[in-house]
Amino acid sequence: MEQLAIVLIGLIFLMGLMVPLLRPLFKNYTGRILALVPFALFGALTILFFTLPDQTSRIIETGFGFLPEMQFTFRIDGVSLIFGMMVSGIGGLVLGYSSFYMAKYAGRTKFYFFLVLFMGAMLGLVFADNLLALFIFWELTSITSFFLIGFDHDKEKPRQASLQALLLTAFGGLCLLFAVILIGNLAGTYSLSELYDKGFRFGAHSDYHLVFLLVSVAVATKSAQFPFHFWLPGAMNAPTPISAYLHSATMVNAGIFLLLRLNPVLGGTILWKSALILAGGITMFIGAFFALGQKDLKRILAFTTISALGTMVMLIGMNTSASIKAALIFFIVHGLYKGGLFMVAGIIDKNTGTRDIDKLGGLLKTMPITSIAGILALLSMSGLPPMLGFIGKELIYDAKVQIPELSWLVIPLGVAANMMMVAISVLVFYEIFLSRRNKKPIALKQPEKRLPGNFLAGPVALALVGLGLGMAPGWLEDTMANAMYFIQSEVVDIDLALWHGFNQVLLLSIFTVAMGVLIFVFRRPIGKLVRIIIGWTDQYHLPDHFNKLIKNYLSFAGKHTNRIQHGYHRYYLMTFFAATFVLVIYQLFSADDGWFPVKQVSPLQIHVIVVLLVAMMGVIFAIFTKSRISAIISLGVLGYGISVLYMLYGAVDLAITQFLAETVIMVIFVMVIYHLPDFAVLSSKKSRVRDALIAAGVGVMITLIVLKARFINLETPVSEFFAENSFLEGHGRNIVNVILVDFRALDTLGEITVLGLAAAGVFSLLRFDLKDKNTKK
Amino acid sequence: MELVIAIFIGLLYACGVYLLLRRSIVKLILGVFVISNATNLIIFLSGGVTRSGVSFIGSEAEKASLETMTDPLPQALILTAIVIGLGIAAYILALKYKYFETTGTHDLDQLSKTDQK
Repeated sequence: MEQLAIVLIGLIFLMGLMVPLLRPLFKNYTGRILALVPFALFGALTILFFTLPDQTSRIIETGFGFLPEMQFTFRIDGVSLIFGMMVSGIGGLVLGYSSFYMAKYAGRTKFYFFLVLFMGAMLGLVFADNLLALFIFWELTSITSFFLIGFDHDKEKPRQASLQALLLTAFGGLCLLFAVILIGNLAGTYSLSELYDKGFRFGAHSDYHLVFLLVSVAVATKSAQFPFHFWLPGAMNAPTPISAYLHSATMVNAGIFLLLRLNPVLGGTILWKSALILAGGITMFIGAFFALGQKDLKRILAFTTISALGTMVMLIGMNTSASIKAALIFFIVHGLYKGGLFMVAGIIDKNTGTRDIDKLGGLLKTMPITSIAGILALLSMSGLPPMLGFIGKELIYDAKVQIPELSWLVIPLGVAANMMMVAISVLVFYEIFLSRRNKKPIALKQPEKRLPGNFLAGPVALALVGLGLGMAPGWLEDTMANAMYFIQSEVVDIDLALWHGFNQVLLLSIFTVAMGVLIFVFRRPIGKLVRIIIGWTDQYHLPDHFNKLIKNYLSFAGKHTNRIQHGYHRYYLMTFFAATFVLVIYQLFSADDGWFPVKQVSPLQIHVIVVLLVAMMGVIFAIFTKSRISAIISLGVLGYGISVLYMLYGAVDLAITQFLAETVIMVIFVMVIYHLPDFAVLSSKKSRVRDALIAAGVGVMITLIVLKARFINLETPVSEFFAENSFLEGHGRNIVNVILVDFRALDTLGEITVLGLAAAGVFSLLRFDLKDKNTKK
Repeated sequence: MELVIAIFIGLLYACGVYLLLRRSIVKLILGVFVISNATNLIIFLSGGVTRSGVSFIGSEAEKASLETMTDPLPQALILTAIVIGLGIAAYILALKYKYFETTGTHDLDQLSKTDQK
């Protein structure tokens, strides 16, 4: 069954890539047919869900990967099962839902392509055992979600929102890569299973703070934690099925998943607790607060997601078994109600043409099925029985009450956020589904009965699952216990029930609901107040600041690049020469083994010096002459001079080669230069002096290097071998020739190839007539 | 003698670098030639200039001794370098020819305007 699950994940990827081929076949049924695979996976995972023994994980090696350290190994345990079932189950529903929602959109192929790939990436992320593989899937979700958020790419807003999401999450991804590599280096393994088995804990390690910082940035960007929360409301520019999927089970929950995965390795320190509780608490509060001031149904939902994510991060930060248990249950609760609510919002939007809660009203009568699904989800969101949400909230309060040292902070924050959540739920319920007072009844495009049944299936199914699990939470217990074992590395008994007796937690719940209803009753003054505060914070509107930051960065980079990449070859050369000069001179002076070779010094030979002088005069004349022909001839003097030098020192082959080559070059030169004008003095006197100084510096440096090089003693010069074997092995008396054609014949072959290429290059250059081409244009 | 040749090489480099820094392409090419010659000389000097015997094996002998003759290895290396230098020279010059024909200038600062004449 495990293998089947992994094969199905692979199949999802394959299917995603095949969407362009499949869609013409399936036409309007594409979404529904594609949904079969995630549903099959959901089925397989369900079987595993009920059969996986406690405290065991299943590792599946695929034998596929890039390096020994980077194998695509998969890991099935309680955590990945819970996340995997949410991803595949909601994924299937979203695909089916899209089949109707997207029916009239252009670019559906693209939509399904990225949606299915996104689903595959998320599943890979959830089941990955190798941290590097996890990172790859993590990045893949960032990239695919970029295309999904920016689906309406012909509009400005989605484009900006998707770019913002990509920049932030990709930045987080980079941090994750660093963190993963650090963890891998410290532990010597990239495998989560090995990390768990060997019980690695980095809490006391000196690099812990760095690793934690990197991981928390990755989590905060992905899971929209304060102060990186601002990309998430923008992401609701995506079509509703995508919002439903991004918010409920995937993308933003990847950060939560990562925290749970790394909890055994990194968790439990003071830093972990304080940072996560603080960030999560703030995020939880501001998410709920901002949601109160919104009018657009999707925006309200987006802000409540931020609040929910904050709650989860805070719970994981507390790191008690009660809090982790609460976080896991809350993840399920949130996925179920948020997916359902987004789908309901989509249906309402489609059928009425608006998402404004002020315009909507009285839908309970006109769209009863949608409304009931929505109301069940709202019940879950406000944490009322008999929904799973109630259990979730009770557990959260329970966890908060159980950490006395911080309860003064987390309980007020949590109660306040929950009060607002209740208020929002009641508000949405009242404004959309009940109230028709002061409002014109909203016209439906078609009665609910005429809506395709499958369109409603998604939210209804999610609402029923939420209700069912609330009634019978015992089903979750075994897998939860397994998950807890791998998160907390200790055995925890899980006992879920709706009714826990009359205790402090229940009192808090009752208080929360009462206060929430109170906020609802005074919604008008409170809403006004919230909007004033939102208006005030808008001057610190983070998305705009982020855009400004990016813009400034780009213009800075542009200026910077223009300065470095100026396009003048001589300034490049100057930089290069000056840097080399400084470095080499420094190195020469810092080593102290003498300047002049004492041994093996040959006496001065007047005739050689004369040759050198003549050659030197040739070069100097070549520099100053204005006539092209004189320059070439004086350069010839240098060439021939060197040729003579070779001759004087017994290198006959060199001398003859140099002589011939120099002659050929001069002939070509004359042929080419014949067409050119005389040299003009192009540079100013000042720049000539500057160049002369640089040139002199380089000259001095080279002389010093050449002298210094004489001190290098090569232990066994290979020349000895050539001198001894040239005749015996190579049957030639001219040692140089034997080296070239025998000992180093392959080099010579390469040399011939270079000459051949040069000849071909010259030929094609002369044949290829640019001018003709230009004039023809 | 080594000192003199080392200074000679340094001077050649100085001239070569000066030519490289000119705006005229022809001078740039001249600079490349000068520097490649000087580099060949560095390699040659590394074999030593104390002996000046030709690196042949005498007609009667089977082996030669390095005591008297010039080191053959740098020679082989330089020979390759000279020939390749020839190839490069031919190619650069052809390129230069084409370049001037297309643009009508040999000022490197005009290089950005290759497409207009």
